[in-house]
Amino acid sequence: MNDKVIGKLKILADAAKYDVSCSSSGGKRKNDNKGLGNAEGMGICHSYTEDGRCVSLLKILLTNFCIYDCAYCVTRKSNDVQRTAFTVQEVVDLTINFYRRNYIEGLFLSSGIFKNADYTMERLVRVAKKLRQEEKFNGYIHLKTIPGASEELIKEAGLYADRLSVNIELPSEQSLQSLAPEKNYSEILLPMGSIKDQLVQAKEESKLFKATPKFAPAGQSTQLIVGATAESDRQILQLSDQLYKGYSLKRVYYSGYVPVSTDSRLSIITEPPIIRENRIYQADWLMRFYGFDVKEILGEANPNLDLDIDPKLGWALRNRHFFPVEINTADYEMILRVPGIGVKSAKKIVSARRFAPLHFDHLRQMGVVLKRAKYFITCQTKSLQRQDFDSEQLRRRILFGEGSVRSALLTQQLDLFRQVG
Amino acid sequence: MYSYTYDGSFEGLLTVVFEAYERKAWPTTIEPEQLAQPSMFGETVQVVTDEGKANRVWQGLKRRLSATALESLYYTYLWEQTGFERLIFDYARLVFDSPESVEGNYTAPFILQVQQIHKQVHREKHRMEAFVRFQKTADGLYYASISPDFNVLPLIVRHFERRYADQRWAIYDASRRYGAYYDLKQTSFVQLENPGVTPKQQGKLSADQYDENETRYQMLWQVYFDHVNIPERKNPKLHLRHIPKRYWKYLSEKQPRLK
Repeated sequence: MNDKVIGKLKILADAAKYDVSCSSSGGKRKNDNKGLGNAEGMGICHSYTEDGRCVSLLKILLTNFCIYDCAYCVTRKSNDVQRTAFTVQEVVDLTINFYRRNYIEGLFLSSGIFKNADYTMERLVRVAKKLRQEEKFNGYIHLKTIPGASEELIKEAGLYADRLSVNIELPSEQSLQSLAPEKNYSEILLPMGSIKDQLVQAKEESKLFKATPKFAPAGQSTQLIVGATAESDRQILQLSDQLYKGYSLKRVYYSGYVPVSTDSRLSIITEPPIIRENRIYQADWLMRFYGFDVKEILGEANPNLDLDIDPKLGWALRNRHFFPVEINTADYEMILRVPGIGVKSAKKIVSARRFAPLHFDHLRQMGVVLKRAKYFITCQTKSLQRQDFDSEQLRRRILFGEGSVRSALLTQQLDLFRQVG
Repeated sequence: MYSYTYDGSFEGLLTVVFEAYERKAWPTTIEPEQLAQPSMFGETVQVVTDEGKANRVWQGLKRRLSATALESLYYTYLWEQTGFERLIFDYARLVFDSPESVEGNYTAPFILQVQQIHKQVHREKHRMEAFVRFQKTADGLYYASISPDFNVLPLIVRHFERRYADQRWAIYDASRRYGAYYDLKQTSFVQLENPGVTPKQQGKLSADQYDENETRYQMLWQVYFDHVNIPERKNPKLHLRHIPKRYWKYLSEKQPRLK
């Protein structure tokens, strides 16, 4: 098939895929105009790529022409790639036709910066406006906010979009200066602050007037690149913590750096740091859903997460004095901190123990991972563990199984693999 | 020993609960009429579905249970795996015979099991909402065929009604041989028995019945799917955990590449 759009889609999907956000929930946009689409419920992943990531939105750039030269970016000015641009109508047609066939939850539109920030932002807004007003589209729209765009445009974007995001990308000002000399932190944080203010204002007004137009009901998010520069996990997570608290972000996404450049300003890596990215996400979850403070997860003595074990187990091994926890009497908050017990099983435990004292069998049936949890809990003062282990022994037993003698050798091998990888 | 038979409907099953209490005769088995084996021992009770009786049982459950727990019971019916009738009966009996609420008592084995079934059926429902791929026909109908592990078609209708309020669509459950059809006003359940074709062919459309642009958009979707992938991050295990192979048949992006 000879089709211009196919060629554009290849280039502009390729260029957009390093933006990892794919959330499509929290839109609260109902289909009450007998139009197309509904974004009121939870998000849906319609497919998964072979790298195991969710495909929920049509994620594309409007264009990959760009006046900036950020070293980490595949679309940077100095990179020798084919350039192209969609028309507004092409994006609208793709979105509508994909949505009608139940391929996607909506559109995630970003763009390279052509001419200037306002010119680019204006075109992104135009796509969203057309979808909402002409096509009566109530699906999910995520628009990227271009740093430097005027406040009026951001305000207009928020009227049509469910989510707005400004990517920080580099976790420190210093890295930003060396890798993206045209950008600076204050320019990125400015629209973020302005979106936050708009969100607060819209919320206040909606309390007073029922008909207040919605402003980005799914909130705002950002992305940090992991592994392109030398920041520690502690620096990264402290930044996230500040963003969650100071800018009320819905999500901070972490993108393990995929080498798309041989630029000498970057760290030399050959493979994306997937395990590290995963551990950082786990730590992020601990902060948002498990009641952990960033200081409990990482400190001066341990600035980086342990790659072999998850951060919750890591915390438990450093804080043995809180354990064992008695399942039948401990607070929900403390049960949630036991390695091997997640939010769902913690809730089940608290519910079921009102009826009868719980045994280990109950826990197993409820989905508790006893292999890990058993070292940290008692059921009616009984323990499954007769011996006392120190934290190092525990770590080995959980990682390599009980009575394993090959552990030392294996650790060594894993380390070797990691160095090679 | 009492064997109960019923007509296979949810109301029928609730009527069984009513009749059992009425007779104080607790069932050893509950089976749909057409599957029931004549029993040599004990008594067989053939229950005739009675909406009034079913409703009284349902209202009784409603007074004692939350909306989520009621939903779990209905989901257990749609689960359709061996023993589901018994499970619903035992659950209802525990509810009626306990002076206090039994909800959340996960130490009782069938309460935990019903909760786990709820999760299983809900997951299949969610997967169907995600993996249905409509194909546009020449007369403007958006059509999809599914064969879910559990009978979730009644559960997904509302989702698609709200989402596709302005397009006609139909979803056909090929393994249970019935479908849902939305005509821009309401959704009705339809049987499309076509004796001329094999069960596997039931509900399939031929190439000339599609809209002229259908192939183009399937192809664009395949192109998009291939280009959002990051080859350096390839992770087949994770990929398969999210979309097990048995779901690939629905997904146009998992079919041979169109040219």
